[in-house]
Amino acid sequence: MFVEIQHHLSAWGSFDTWIVITASLAAMACALPGVFLVLRQQSMMGDALSHTVLPGIVVAFLLSYGLRDAAWISPSTQLATLPLFLFGGAVVLGVVSAMLTEFVQRLGHVESSAALGVVFTSLFAFGLLMIRLKADSVHIDPDCVLYGNVETVKLGVAGIPRATAMVAGLLVVNLILVLLFYKELTISAFDPNLATTLGIRARLMHYALMATTAATLVAAFESVGSILVITMLVAPTATASLLTDRLPTRIVVTLAIAFTTALLGHAMALTLPALVFSRLGFPEIKDASTAGMMAVVAGMLFSLAMFFAPRHGMISKALGQTRLTFRLACHDQLRSLYQAERAAALAATFEPATWATRHGSMLQHLATWSLIFTHQVTRTSHGHQLTSRGRQSAEQLMKAGNEHAPA
Amino acid sequence: MPSESVSPDVTVVPPLSIHDMTVAYQRKPVIWDIDYVAPTGKLVAIVGPNGAGKSTLINAALDLIPRASGQVQFYGGPYRKQRHRVGYVPQRESVDWDFPVSALDVVVMGLYRKVGWCLPVLPRHRHTALTALDRVGMADYAHRQIRRLSGGQQQRVFLARALVQDADLYLMDEPFTGVDAATERAIVEILRELRSLGKTALVVHHDLQTVAEYFDEVILLNMRLVATGPVATAFTTDNLRKTYGGRLMLVEQTDRIIGKGTSG
Repeated sequence: MFVEIQHHLSAWGSFDTWIVITASLAAMACALPGVFLVLRQQSMMGDALSHTVLPGIVVAFLLSYGLRDAAWISPSTQLATLPLFLFGGAVVLGVVSAMLTEFVQRLGHVESSAALGVVFTSLFAFGLLMIRLKADSVHIDPDCVLYGNVETVKLGVAGIPRATAMVAGLLVVNLILVLLFYKELTISAFDPNLATTLGIRARLMHYALMATTAATLVAAFESVGSILVITMLVAPTATASLLTDRLPTRIVVTLAIAFTTALLGHAMALTLPALVFSRLGFPEIKDASTAGMMAVVAGMLFSLAMFFAPRHGMISKALGQTRLTFRLACHDQLRSLYQAERAAALAATFEPATWATRHGSMLQHLATWSLIFTHQVTRTSHGHQLTSRGRQSAEQLMKAGNEHAPA
Repeated sequence: MPSESVSPDVTVVPPLSIHDMTVAYQRKPVIWDIDYVAPTGKLVAIVGPNGAGKSTLINAALDLIPRASGQVQFYGGPYRKQRHRVGYVPQRESVDWDFPVSALDVVVMGLYRKVGWCLPVLPRHRHTALTALDRVGMADYAHRQIRRLSGGQQQRVFLARALVQDADLYLMDEPFTGVDAATERAIVEILRELRSLGKTALVVHHDLQTVAEYFDEVILLNMRLVATGPVATAFTTDNLRKTYGGRLMLVEQTDRIIGKGTSG
């Protein structure tokens, strides 16, 4: 199998390298605003924004071509400035959808996700309607506007593909924004009321984040396609949230996961389908969509973190729980042996405390064994007895128990 | 500097004056016609039954929710000009405690205004925050993620965050709710320390038993102001009955409460 993987990867060329570079830059650029969306518990906002920006893009598109047709700008300027127009449209619609959502939420007395659902479907429908209405005069294909494809990176200026340069610029801009407004973004997400009383307009920061997210979506859509963008907005930071407890580390880990996802995704797109499908009897299937495979990898990394994360993972939580249950069972055994011993002493008879340990659950037996193993309990012919060490720890437990008892 | 921020006019201009304030949620008024002038250098309890509008009073004064009518002045000026002189301690449940920040990070947030837009937090800011954490007895927990603190410890972090703001007037929303005895003592100690520095605190408080012990003045509120003033004159059985109506089982015991408070 290893040889097979090596064989599939041996075809790796500079083209593949460019795909990975482009995809990882795009992934990191998207993951950055994603960190704050997830922190604000607005993960679905990215998904919604990807639809609500459509009317903005259509209007920007029509405006750009309208200006050219009216001879206000030359065709070459029009082509050069079209991305800026699209950015502008997306940014405006990002803010508009955030405002509309708040408006619907307040006026309709519904929860924010319901308001978001209403706003994003309406705006998307509105965008589609505009395309239909204007389809005769200007050619707009939603596919070409919204859905790029990372496998079609073409070489641009100075050997660097245009899409790569675009997402690299995007990443730099987003990095600068996060570094500059780190405090403001954090406090508005954590405690908007405090932010407001300090004079940091939490709502303004919210709109700014929406605008940045919308611009990121549009820029990245065109370069690497929608699946990848939606995945990278939420998945890397969701994984990182299971691994980290501090925001700066979470941001760094998020970026690292985004990069890893892109790299692994492309490598697996080249190798995994051939490996799997040739065994299933479909040797003609050789590779899969890179963006799709990156989404799969993102999901896999999240699952791994969900199970194996050191503190927040399911396994470590279950282990911690078991350990606690076991420790409490040990304490119980120590205490009941101690109490039996005291009762026997009071009755002034030598009646070894066997009853406390003779019957019991599996857990209690395990606890007794571990106490014997740690020399806190000995097995005598009469049953189990505390050693002097065991008596000491039992006395400590009784004392602690009395202190913590509710007054 | 703290000594300079308490300017001579403090004694003349009240920390907070509310005139004719009404707040409504969806056309239904929550608090009506509030007229209140806060004293300087006093600890004031805001007392009233659930739904009386205690938190609303604070939030509306701080422009966090819109007012239907009325004017609010802090030290003789509108809130947006006096922010630096007002510290706010929100209810503990108002934030997401799973947020990836440490206790120290939360306290540093109280300094964000002083740090300034787009500028990084410097070691001296962290030092100030650490000192405040030490004042509330939380220095050992500075680097712990806030979810892994107990309720009382979380409340103390909030208090430390208000302390670093170095304000002259503090508005606190139920700082004593759901905290352990040690935290309650720590909060009271801090409040008294603030008072000795000539600062004022308005505190939403639930435990009638401790009002007389902890506070100098009360605001009795049930949608309207029932009574305000020094505990001795305003915190009476009669006023409590008016505030709580028939709902207060404790009304029968208020004589005892008040008696205990004044003797203790």
